[in-house]
Amino acid sequence: MLTPLHKSLLNDFQRDFPLSSRPYQDIANTLGVSEDDVLSALTELSDNHLISRIGPIIPPNQLGVSTLVAMAIPETQLQAVADKISAYPEVNHNYEREHTFNLWFVVIASNAEHLQAILDAMEQETGYKTMQLPLLDDFFIDLGFNMDFHNA
Amino acid sequence: MILDETDLDIMRATQAGLPLTPEPYQCVAEQLGLTTEVVMTRMIAMQEQGIIRRIGVIPNHYKLGYHFNGMTVWNIPDDVIDKLGEKVGQLEFVSHCYHRPRHLPEWPYNLFAMVHGKTREDVDQQIQHIARVLGDANLGCDVLYSTKILKKTGFRSRG
Repeated sequence: MLTPLHKSLLNDFQRDFPLSSRPYQDIANTLGVSEDDVLSALTELSDNHLISRIGPIIPPNQLGVSTLVAMAIPETQLQAVADKISAYPEVNHNYEREHTFNLWFVVIASNAEHLQAILDAMEQETGYKTMQLPLLDDFFIDLGFNMDFHNA
Repeated sequence: MILDETDLDIMRATQAGLPLTPEPYQCVAEQLGLTTEVVMTRMIAMQEQGIIRRIGVIPNHYKLGYHFNGMTVWNIPDDVIDKLGEKVGQLEFVSHCYHRPRHLPEWPYNLFAMVHGKTREDVDQQIQHIARVLGDANLGCDVLYSTKILKKTGFRSRG
């Protein structure tokens, strides 16, 4: 069960997490609780996998070169191909989706040549083509995601 | 801004998540053999330069009940995609909004917007909302729901 402190930590600190020597103390001061309260609540959220992590968000292509990739894989082969793709350390998100193009993932490489080499290797290893969908423009203003806790 | 190895070390160390200890930046500094001051100064600089977009608590939407994540894809004329993309990117339920290339004939879509909802109906309403924003410029669309998360990790760089 989420307490008001849990909800506040989930919603109100998705940006502007303090860059100070005692950030959890700073959050505690803002919320009128103790540093221990904040650390315990975050530990509970983390242990229950309700937060992925606390840390910096980096926009695409700030570090290295990345692309979204889609593949159309026959249903019977999907799991085997997906496992091969996930095994690449350069693969960051790998999702199965309902579509002819049913395997979607992001590849991050140090440079364009490295990226192409990885995609070539994937095609050779799996026998299926990769469709590259690199980012041309980012329209997103990232302010975090407002959680609706009405039914939580 | 050119990142050096120290910046990249800091990014790698913090991408796994800041530790839940009273002085997390000191912890990162010790791990890297740096001072806390250097770690914090560099992170502030990277944030000012937009290398870091934000620092924060990153909720796990799926575990919090947002079980429906739909990748909506739209075919928008090239001459209006910038204007309309910005409008869609501002909708509060859209978590990512990107212009990507078409691959004709099998992939006519050039605008991608991710939406998240607790029910399929929520997501359907969000999609209708986007369609209203796009109006006549919407030459075709599709929604790809994720059926399985196969791998999800934070940033990693081999330097």
